[in-house]
Amino acid sequence: MMSTKLTKQEVEKVVQLANLELTEAEIEKFTSQLSEVINYNVTELAQVNTEKIAPITNITGLKNVLRTDEAAPGLTQDEALANAKQTHNGFFKVKGILG
Amino acid sequence: MELTKLTLREADEALKERKISSKELTEAHLLRIAEKDKQLGAYLTLTAELALEQAEKADQRRKNEEVCWLTGVPAAIKDIISTKNVRTTAGSKILEDYTPVYSATAYQRLEDVTTVLLGKTNLDEFAMGASTENSALGKTVNPWDLERVPGGSSGGSAAAVAADLATFALGTDTGGSIRQPASFCNVVGLKPTYGRVSRYGVIAMASSLDQVGPIAKTVEDAALVLNIIAGHDKYDSTSAKKELPDFTKFLGGKVKGMKIGVPKEFFGKGLQAEVKTTVEGALAKLEELGASLIDVSLPTTKEAVAVYYLIMPSEVSANLARYDGIRFGKTRENFGAEVKRRIMLGTYALSAGYYDAYYLKAAKVRRVLFNELQEVFKRVDVIAGPTSPVLPFKFGEKTADPLSMYLADIYTVTANLAGIPAISVPAGFAKGLPVGLQLQANHWEEGKLLKVAHAFEQATGFSKEKPKL
Repeated sequence: MMSTKLTKQEVEKVVQLANLELTEAEIEKFTSQLSEVINYNVTELAQVNTEKIAPITNITGLKNVLRTDEAAPGLTQDEALANAKQTHNGFFKVKGILG
Repeated sequence: MELTKLTLREADEALKERKISSKELTEAHLLRIAEKDKQLGAYLTLTAELALEQAEKADQRRKNEEVCWLTGVPAAIKDIISTKNVRTTAGSKILEDYTPVYSATAYQRLEDVTTVLLGKTNLDEFAMGASTENSALGKTVNPWDLERVPGGSSGGSAAAVAADLATFALGTDTGGSIRQPASFCNVVGLKPTYGRVSRYGVIAMASSLDQVGPIAKTVEDAALVLNIIAGHDKYDSTSAKKELPDFTKFLGGKVKGMKIGVPKEFFGKGLQAEVKTTVEGALAKLEELGASLIDVSLPTTKEAVAVYYLIMPSEVSANLARYDGIRFGKTRENFGAEVKRRIMLGTYALSAGYYDAYYLKAAKVRRVLFNELQEVFKRVDVIAGPTSPVLPFKFGEKTADPLSMYLADIYTVTANLAGIPAISVPAGFAKGLPVGLQLQANHWEEGKLLKVAHAFEQATGFSKEKPKL
């Protein structure tokens, strides 16, 4: 079984992937807490034989849900932008992404 | 007549017979909130002005047309359910100043029949927690013991109903968040089948698990609310096009001859002795009422928490990616510790190299669990056991150790993972604290839950007990 003790480097990578900003102290704390939870989870799940079991993703047997593609009024531009932090000429204004 | 004590059914009767007006009923609740909520902290936002407008409209409607039992009845809504033009925070700093431009379908259906909105209730941030201690915006206490937590994540909704600060409330349940606080506060909490109630406009936590449901003073009240909020919604493609029964039709029947499965795994290690004794007493009562208790086994119960704490955070990490500080809300450093922890867990479980071992394995064990339940439901009508393994605990008792908090979800997560309906009904007291009996049924069989829970409630009367405030 693979090691489930997370290293600080792994946690730092996850922080980056999750687009979070954590303090050194938080990273320290999460490294041990995440290791504990992951370790518990993996140890428990390893006890269940799933050799011939397919993963389940839909629990009520719903099949593809289709509808006709009909246009209908939605929010107006003003309504959609009502909570935006910054707008410009009716658009969301964001910081530059490409440096 | 003490207006705030009325059940939904009683309030509707009194309104119908013109003994009271919705305005009086609403004012009585606002007054009680002003008196008691400083101490309890159930509400994050009060909507007194809107409530009085709605009450007036409801009184007009009651006078002029055939109306619904909810018309003019004051309700509390968990602050993760969007309410148009009313601040909706999810208990998070990130959405502290967020006012939605549309309403969740579940709330819209209440508004369509002019239910009165008293305000929005406290919760663990983004519904992540089992004590409401993770709210970034306030502390809610348990009306039965002010030093103890009300449960969570719908802690504000459960405390409000228990303390007569609302006639009923809406909550959401992803891993027990309606049932466990209902159990901790001595009220009825119903998590419907996945897909029974639309999730549109409910701020998403884990989309394959989330479900809206009522928190109420009686089983009948829960049925009355479900009658209105349930049903297909074109805005939520996972809401089901199932025939909708009148859920009150299931009440009042005899449970004689019904088969109640008792899984031995629900009475094992980790269950507090006082809870065990109380729930065993409840089971004996059901037997006395003529139901047969049948020993069953759900061997994967123990692993359910592990499945849940991989599937749920994985969905959380995807759902909460939208809080990027651009379209709404503040930037991501405003997330609280538990939210960050779950985003991290999920991001890790889904990341390259780990997906198969974690997420996929959990999705397989989820099927094993599902299959076990389907086998059991071939033999029994409902499954019974405790809602929570522990009595309401003190503030800070479990916050230092996330895993111990997670393990307290052991009896509730199964219903979410399998998508089945479950209810918590008051089952008595231990050390002066409420204990809940949990019943679970197969998909779309809320009727069986309501029938058994109602018979139990009528025979015992525990839901009539009120906290001294």
